[in-house]
Amino acid sequence: MDTKKNRTMVTIDGNEAAAYVAHKLNEVIAIYPITPSSPMGEWSDEWSALGRKNLWGTIPQVVEMQSEGGAAGAVHGALQTGALSTTFTSAQGLLLMIPNMFKIAGELTPTVFHIAARTVATHALSIFGEHSDVYAARSTGFAMLASNSIQEIMDFALISQAATLEARVPFMHFFDGFRSSHEVMKIEQLDESDMRVMIDDELIRAHRKRAMSPEHPVLRGTAQNPDVYFQARETVNPFYDACPGIVQKVMDKFENVVGRKYKLFQYCGAPNADRIIIMMGSGAETVQETVEYLNARGEKIGLLKVRLYRPFSVEHFLNEIPKTVKTIVVLDRTKEPGATAEPLHLDVITAISEAFTNGKLPLQAYPRIIGGRYGLSSKEFTPAMVKGVFDESKKSQPKNHFTIGILDDISKTSIDYDPSFTTEPDDVVRAIFYGLGADGTVSANKNSIKIIGEDTEFFAQGYFVYDSKKSGSTTTSHLRFGPRPVHSAYLIDKASFMACHQWFFLEKYDVLRSAISGATFLLNSLYGPEEVWGKLPRHIQKEIIEKRIKFYVIDAYKVARQTGMGGRINTIMQTCFFAISGVLPKDEAITAIKKSIEKTYGKKGADIITQNFEAVDQTLANLFQVKIPNNVTSTIEMPPTVSEKAPSYVREVLAKIITNDGDSLPVSTMPVDGTFPTATAQWEKRNIALEIPVWEAEICIQCNKCVMVCPHAAIRAKVYDPKELANAPSTFKSVDFKGVEYKGMKYTIQIAPEDCTECGLCVDFCPAKSKSEAKIKAINMKSQPPIRESERANYDFFLAIPEVDRRTVKVDTIKGSQFLQPLFEYSGACAGCGETPYVKLVSQLFGDRAIIANATGCSSIYGGNLPTTPWSINNDGRGPTWSNSLFEDNAEFGLGMRLTIDKHTEMAKELVINLSGEIGDKLVNDIMNADQSNEAGIYDQRERVKLLKEKISTVNTPEAKSLLSICDNLVKRSIWIIGGDGWAYDIGYGGLDHVIASGKNVNILVLDTEVYSNTGGQMSKATARSAIAKFAANGKPTAKKDLGMLAMAYGNVYVASVAMGSNDLQTLRAFLEAEAYDGPSIIIAYSHCIAHGINMTKGMQNQKLAVDTGYWSLYRYNPMLVKEGKNPLRLDSKEPKLPLKEFTSMETRFKMLEKSYPERAKALGVLAQNDVNARWKIYEHLAQDGNSENKK
Amino acid sequence: MDLTTSYLGLKLKNPIVPSASPLSYTLESMKQLEDAGASAIVMFSLFEEQIVHETSELLHYLSQGTESYAEALSYFPDVQQYNLGPEEYIDLIYKAKKSLEIPVIGSLNGASVGGWVNYAKKIEEAGADALELNIYYIPTDPSLSGSEIENRYLKVLKMVKSTIKIPVAVKISPFFSGLSHMAQQLDKEGANGLVLFNRFYQPDIDLETMEVRPSVILSTPQAMRLPLRWIAILFNKVKANLAATSGIHTAEDVLKMLMAGADVTMMCSAILKHGPEHIKNVLRDIERWMTDNEYVSVTQMKGSMSQKSLADPTAFERANYMKSLHSYK
Repeated sequence: MDTKKNRTMVTIDGNEAAAYVAHKLNEVIAIYPITPSSPMGEWSDEWSALGRKNLWGTIPQVVEMQSEGGAAGAVHGALQTGALSTTFTSAQGLLLMIPNMFKIAGELTPTVFHIAARTVATHALSIFGEHSDVYAARSTGFAMLASNSIQEIMDFALISQAATLEARVPFMHFFDGFRSSHEVMKIEQLDESDMRVMIDDELIRAHRKRAMSPEHPVLRGTAQNPDVYFQARETVNPFYDACPGIVQKVMDKFENVVGRKYKLFQYCGAPNADRIIIMMGSGAETVQETVEYLNARGEKIGLLKVRLYRPFSVEHFLNEIPKTVKTIVVLDRTKEPGATAEPLHLDVITAISEAFTNGKLPLQAYPRIIGGRYGLSSKEFTPAMVKGVFDESKKSQPKNHFTIGILDDISKTSIDYDPSFTTEPDDVVRAIFYGLGADGTVSANKNSIKIIGEDTEFFAQGYFVYDSKKSGSTTTSHLRFGPRPVHSAYLIDKASFMACHQWFFLEKYDVLRSAISGATFLLNSLYGPEEVWGKLPRHIQKEIIEKRIKFYVIDAYKVARQTGMGGRINTIMQTCFFAISGVLPKDEAITAIKKSIEKTYGKKGADIITQNFEAVDQTLANLFQVKIPNNVTSTIEMPPTVSEKAPSYVREVLAKIITNDGDSLPVSTMPVDGTFPTATAQWEKRNIALEIPVWEAEICIQCNKCVMVCPHAAIRAKVYDPKELANAPSTFKSVDFKGVEYKGMKYTIQIAPEDCTECGLCVDFCPAKSKSEAKIKAINMKSQPPIRESERANYDFFLAIPEVDRRTVKVDTIKGSQFLQPLFEYSGACAGCGETPYVKLVSQLFGDRAIIANATGCSSIYGGNLPTTPWSINNDGRGPTWSNSLFEDNAEFGLGMRLTIDKHTEMAKELVINLSGEIGDKLVNDIMNADQSNEAGIYDQRERVKLLKEKISTVNTPEAKSLLSICDNLVKRSIWIIGGDGWAYDIGYGGLDHVIASGKNVNILVLDTEVYSNTGGQMSKATARSAIAKFAANGKPTAKKDLGMLAMAYGNVYVASVAMGSNDLQTLRAFLEAEAYDGPSIIIAYSHCIAHGINMTKGMQNQKLAVDTGYWSLYRYNPMLVKEGKNPLRLDSKEPKLPLKEFTSMETRFKMLEKSYPERAKALGVLAQNDVNARWKIYEHLAQDGNSENKK
Repeated sequence: MDLTTSYLGLKLKNPIVPSASPLSYTLESMKQLEDAGASAIVMFSLFEEQIVHETSELLHYLSQGTESYAEALSYFPDVQQYNLGPEEYIDLIYKAKKSLEIPVIGSLNGASVGGWVNYAKKIEEAGADALELNIYYIPTDPSLSGSEIENRYLKVLKMVKSTIKIPVAVKISPFFSGLSHMAQQLDKEGANGLVLFNRFYQPDIDLETMEVRPSVILSTPQAMRLPLRWIAILFNKVKANLAATSGIHTAEDVLKMLMAGADVTMMCSAILKHGPEHIKNVLRDIERWMTDNEYVSVTQMKGSMSQKSLADPTAFERANYMKSLHSYK
């Protein structure tokens, strides 16, 4: 067999490598989005939409399900009827598949599930890599094959498919989430002929022959009793016994076909090693690199890579261990609290021990076996740590059950290592780039990797680190280029090239920390080569001099402007990299960049190509080397990360996370149960806005609409006593309040200059324009830097002005409600987010008594991703209390909260009556009969409870103590169940349906963006017909599910459909009515989203047009109206006055279909208009006599 | 009854041609126009500026927010085949040519030198029988003189003429200080036809939102007076064919334009208002009028009331004072 044939070299990530093979070798693919495996489903959907065929010449059918449980069920069914079927998942998704996996394995059904292994949420959610998920599925009976690198992912995807068909044991093919799923690497692509040789069609026919068919009917999936179940369960043993041998046979065949040699357990290192590490996953690559490095320097160590973890072949395992081994260290990327050891550690002990017991241990002596944990949630695992582990294993009393990579100052599990140790060879170019998500740094780097990977002999690797903010997020790119395949599965810590694409990072991060001596530093700088030195912070100057760094500057934004690139500096910075890094000869590099530009933008128009070419040429003329002075002269120091006024936990712990130094935090700084303080986002001044709104008091009509729509609570209104202005800063603006309710008082609109994200929604939504110059509104965007200091002082002053007394506020008006303090502020949501204005509104209206259950998704990320949270508290210390359980269970989670509150309120009332002697009849009576339907009533009840506490605190009885612990529940609680459409329409719908059917008083807020926004815009059942989304690459063919109609069918559920940008007052009323309704309420809130491909500054206009065209209807269904003899349904929007096209042409999600599949777009467009017409007719009919505003 | 006419070297069965408008957005509506009797169709305009804008807009929104946040590195599927250029337009011409009997005239509004030339070539290649250049330019720059603006028009025409072989018509606005001179210049540069006049969408102010909005108002019959006059004036003074457009709603309007000297009359608003069937009605009315008034052909009446054919040529020059002067005489 010619293993050396010219296969294509491709530069791809792990997900694409797995999907490439899976799509070629399957017929039915059931998918569901979950990070980090979503791209495998996305690739499959896109390829099928493009008509790409599998190995047998047919286009695989790709279907998105409502959950991973659904996907596994669909795969199970497809397999039972004879299809080749697969799915992809991670973490909780895999856990949801487990029941079906037991079935699939129990029925000996061949399939391969491709898993990007990820942390299962415990005290916190984490999207990053770990083996807790695959370990949790290890008892299902699936075989488990681990890939350690991108090349292995492609190879093992094929090997596992070939093996499963023969073994009949289903496979989990897994690799590390992010580190492998998202690492970009140059690899050799297997071709169809490789697959043809590897896959035996005879075995596929055998699989089909076993399938269900009425032509030869069978019964499978019986129920069995104690008499035979056990025996039946043992029938599979021969298959599991045979499986490892089959896998090795397939691996041998693969070696014969392709040339790469794989073994079930693969040893590398000294043949006479005395110490070895046993492990699986990407970390093994790092260990291999370290072992080779250390052995070359006299060590005798080794690594045993576990490839086939289940079925675990003790025989193959023992055969690979050098006889000389005295100490075995087993590393597990998971934690199983309470276990005697982590899973692989246990398996190794069992294997060695059984062999020893049977007298078959091929070692010279019974080895010392210790185990340790590493790399949880993608925690870095570096050669320095590997050396630390080997060093520990040398000790006479090494730590067992140790941890590496953290400082465990509580349980003392961690072992030491020398972080300065490195194995990085000099002939590998190692580059780090700091950029903003928005500046295209990552895409430019991905492009550079492709250029080097595909146009040269060099091997290339890229890995990208993102922060958890969706606006103004920082990205760090780690790129390696070298003459050999790269095995370094860890971030670069010793860089020969550093690039900083944004000036402000210099004052925020120690960007040269990882630069080696003599490194090259490229800075995107407003200042030229002559003046830049004087502007640098002191620590940067110091590092440049001490490390003898070669320093280059370019004003990339200037070049971008001059060449018509707007704000896109990606091509420019990429050109700089090639010009000065020396990876390729300059001219060759420039030619390659241009070729790549043509390839990338070829389909997007000649003008774009010309612009980019021009940018490349102009870059070289604007790139300058800076002459380095001998002395550090700067007096500019890095400002403190957070204000000194911040609480100590924020200063000492969260601030470290903010500056990317969270790795240094010891265990003792973390809460034991995942509980964190709220009101912390206020300390993370991100300063991401170049422009902020500035208030023109004279033009303002004091409508407070800007405050209502601000997604970030960064523009606020206050009404206050004139005497508060006594010490106002000179630039603080204030005018008389217009209106009767606060006559004689002062009014101010104030911007939070360092928290604003520059989204511009407020300015766009502002209805007040200058009477003499229409372009001037009551708020206008102005450059932030010149006014940052003064506005910061103004904002501090503004915050110190007392909040309005909630009892005086007309909450049912926009103006009144927006005087209420937002207790959701400065979130890291996308600039101009369409969801957060609703979330903030909940916090304003009910926040001081709100309990929030939040489904996983965007809202749980901007609400609860460390370092800080936007959920805040008022001056009394009250505020929303917030928790996230899972994606699928949020309604149930919230219902549980309601049940507690109901029970504790009932218990408290019972105790109040029992203790009436001590409390006094009047107070008892007032508490029991309190009217808490408005702010005044709630205030009074709080006062009563305060008095109650005083009275019973002195009563030393169990009853009194019990009452004291639960009497806060006597003040009305507001339960909010918040989540997106992926939760409400799809994965959580069953629970949501049950909860609204319960009749309990919960408030459900569905932030309907019509896609799974948080995972990158996959289709949900809320997606509209004809919209393009991921998993619907050729447009969603079916209509949006009418969740409101389904909820209304119960009759006793309050249902509202709102769109703030269309009718803010209707939105406000819906929230108030929903909360007031003593039963289940659901508000479906249209939320414009970055995933729609729209101008986020004008998101509220899109909402308005959505309603004007009938794409979205506004209504309220209030069961209380039935009691008044009225129709409960009130239509709040008018009959559509514009064709749907007016709306859809504003959004890329619809326009894209017209560009990619014009005929289909036309056909679906007609159907979508019909949907609008039909829906309007139904609602109009249902609302007859109940309409409030729908008359033409 | 001979209704035939000739325009841009094309033999047309009658003088009614739907002008560049949404009427040609789909093959289906073009077919309806043909069935109703249209003698040719001018396609809606291909706007280069719009293509460029849409391209960069799409690129912007497809990449907006990408590579920023680990869970959502992109927000749209990577649809590898999509159509951002003039392909859709070109394809429509191609299909129209295949399924229609009547001539199809492309219409182009370029924005760059390359755009005019490339798109003109593509339209020719798609099989268009002729091309109408929809040149318009709002001269807001006070430093730009009238002759400089005129030169732009001439330059575009020259470039396109040297690139393609099919006949080229130029659609112009009436806003030239020396319209006759301009027409003559275009004629000299080889324009095969002049289309009089381009009716711009004039913006409007929305008092509710205090915003300026583009506002499409259909033409009224009064609008035809301006082209009527200029066609009458230009008839026989230029080699190029003359096409009348703006405010042509009825058979009477068509007849008047033909008599003024138009080779074809272009209709849009009336068809948008009454549907394609309107063409049929107008043709019927024309025939009826011609029968009643004993005309046998369109050729016969073409230019019969043009300036040169009138006893008093000043009638088209001094319309405002016509009556009083005449009575004084």
